[in-house]
Amino acid sequence: MTDVIKKFKCFYQDHSAKAKMGATRRFTRSKWGNAICCLFIIAAGLFTMLPLIYAVATSFKPLDEILLFPPKIFFVRRPSLENYAAIPTLLSDQNVTLSRYIFNSVFITFITTLVHIIISAMAAFGLSKSKFKWRNALFMIVQFALLFNAYTLSVPQYIIFSKIGVIDTYWAYILPQLATTLGVFLIKQYIEGYVPDAYIEAATIDGASYFGIFFRIILPLIKPVLLTLLLFSFRDVWAMIPQGTIFSENIKTLPMVMSQIASGGIARSGSAMAVTVIMMIPPVIVYLISQSNVMDSMSSAGIKE
Amino acid sequence: MKRLNNKKTKSYSLLKNQWQMLVMMAPFFILFFFLLIVPIISSLVLSFSSYDMLNPARFTGIDNYLRMFVSDDVFPSVLKNTIVIVLITGPAGFMLAFLLAWLVNEFTPTVRTFLSFLFYAPSLAGNAFFVWKVIFSGDSYGYLNSFLLNLGLVTEPITWLNDETWLMPIVILVQLWQSMGISFLSNIAGLQNVSRDLYEAGSIDGIRNRWQELWYITLPSMQHMILFSVVMQIQSSFTVSTITTELAGYPSVGYSVDTIVSHMTDVGSVRFEMGYASAIAAILFLLMAGTRIILGKFLKILGR
Repeated sequence: MTDVIKKFKCFYQDHSAKAKMGATRRFTRSKWGNAICCLFIIAAGLFTMLPLIYAVATSFKPLDEILLFPPKIFFVRRPSLENYAAIPTLLSDQNVTLSRYIFNSVFITFITTLVHIIISAMAAFGLSKSKFKWRNALFMIVQFALLFNAYTLSVPQYIIFSKIGVIDTYWAYILPQLATTLGVFLIKQYIEGYVPDAYIEAATIDGASYFGIFFRIILPLIKPVLLTLLLFSFRDVWAMIPQGTIFSENIKTLPMVMSQIASGGIARSGSAMAVTVIMMIPPVIVYLISQSNVMDSMSSAGIKE
Repeated sequence: MKRLNNKKTKSYSLLKNQWQMLVMMAPFFILFFFLLIVPIISSLVLSFSSYDMLNPARFTGIDNYLRMFVSDDVFPSVLKNTIVIVLITGPAGFMLAFLLAWLVNEFTPTVRTFLSFLFYAPSLAGNAFFVWKVIFSGDSYGYLNSFLLNLGLVTEPITWLNDETWLMPIVILVQLWQSMGISFLSNIAGLQNVSRDLYEAGSIDGIRNRWQELWYITLPSMQHMILFSVVMQIQSSFTVSTITTELAGYPSVGYSVDTIVSHMTDVGSVRFEMGYASAIAAILFLLMAGTRIILGKFLKILGR
């Protein structure tokens, strides 16, 4: 029992060691307090993870196990890939192959995320290091506009989109994301926090242009926040279901296909979960790549008024 | 040599090079202007007109707003639904995220990373809320139904997603499940950034326990970070619409979970009543901006 407690203790930061090093003394909790906190964390972890585990389990169930009554929820007796294999045939009545949807999703997500990161970083650089008088006012507007996402603006943007004729084209996916301000906001706060003016001044004295400074000095310095934005932007675009701006089957993306399959009832729930699992993989990979940077760069993201 | 020459003209080059800054800022701000500022202003203007995108807009005064609150049977219920969702998932989501971040922050970095992944996974997985559709499936194969049938708690499967009494709790649960992530991440990042010196000074100044430490040191120094996650919560909870349309369809049974955004999309991009849809958008903007301003002021007072 003491072994278990010891093992368990090693998960907590050893505040006493820090105190010896002259750092902060922290308060300890009672045993009961610790137990309650751990139970709470476990409960929350189950709440977030169980549905996802259920999705993975169901995606590997052959049809007879899905239809088994009473259903075995997490237990798969004979895991099979038939749900995954069935996805292309489920779409055969659409005249569009699965590969087309995959291409659309990948293409749109790649282009949008890339352009979003670049233009946001450039705008944020200007907002934080230029000498224009109105840049603070502009930043206040950008900061306030954090409130509005693509869903809030769907109808007002629809009018603009139909005027410029981009309804039912790839642009209808790309443009709404480019105008969101989370990127500019995060990068601007990060530059303020981590890139001293002295760097820029030194480089200007050395005769570098602002373009040069941006590409050679700023971009490498702000890599953590760029990776953070990569995560957020990728996640949003990848999962986006446009509100009434896309009609043609051949430019639809995976989330829209997923919603079509998921509405197919119990017999299709295996395939619906298979698409869900496939859809989960890319954002998880992006998260694993960027996660060590997320904490660093988010900590400068406070809104100051 | 080059360096010396340039030093003389430093102030000139600073001014001269500012156009490069303008060029770099231009792409984003042009898009920002045309896709965010113009839509917001034009929807405020169009909200006083009748406009179907084919014929020119006709000025109709406050007819749209009258219609919204007097003759449109659906608007009051979508307004009520949105407010219920916001009032519950907003504060609950934030508090849950903060509490979890506060607890998780005490673990070693490895465990912290792992737990962060667990709590962020639902928002990461984007449209994974489809799994709830299977869980709450209305026949006896639905996860929850078979579970309850097995336990003998119910005798007949409940059609969760076609039942007015259950739809709202389900939507709230799924929204909480899905939206907690970014609040959690920003809270935990903020917690790690609170200066250790402050805690030390606090313990000298007579702070006795964790709760005092939280109230007098942690929360005030995280004020800006909290406002950020509050803004993110407002953004996501006011615009719940994909979840409701995918889980319950549009319209849902008895309009019991349709939100302002799903109604606005229906009026606008399906029925092309752009004047009326703009009025709904205008109300949505005002509600969101109002909530944002009030909470900002409130946090400022708390931070003192």
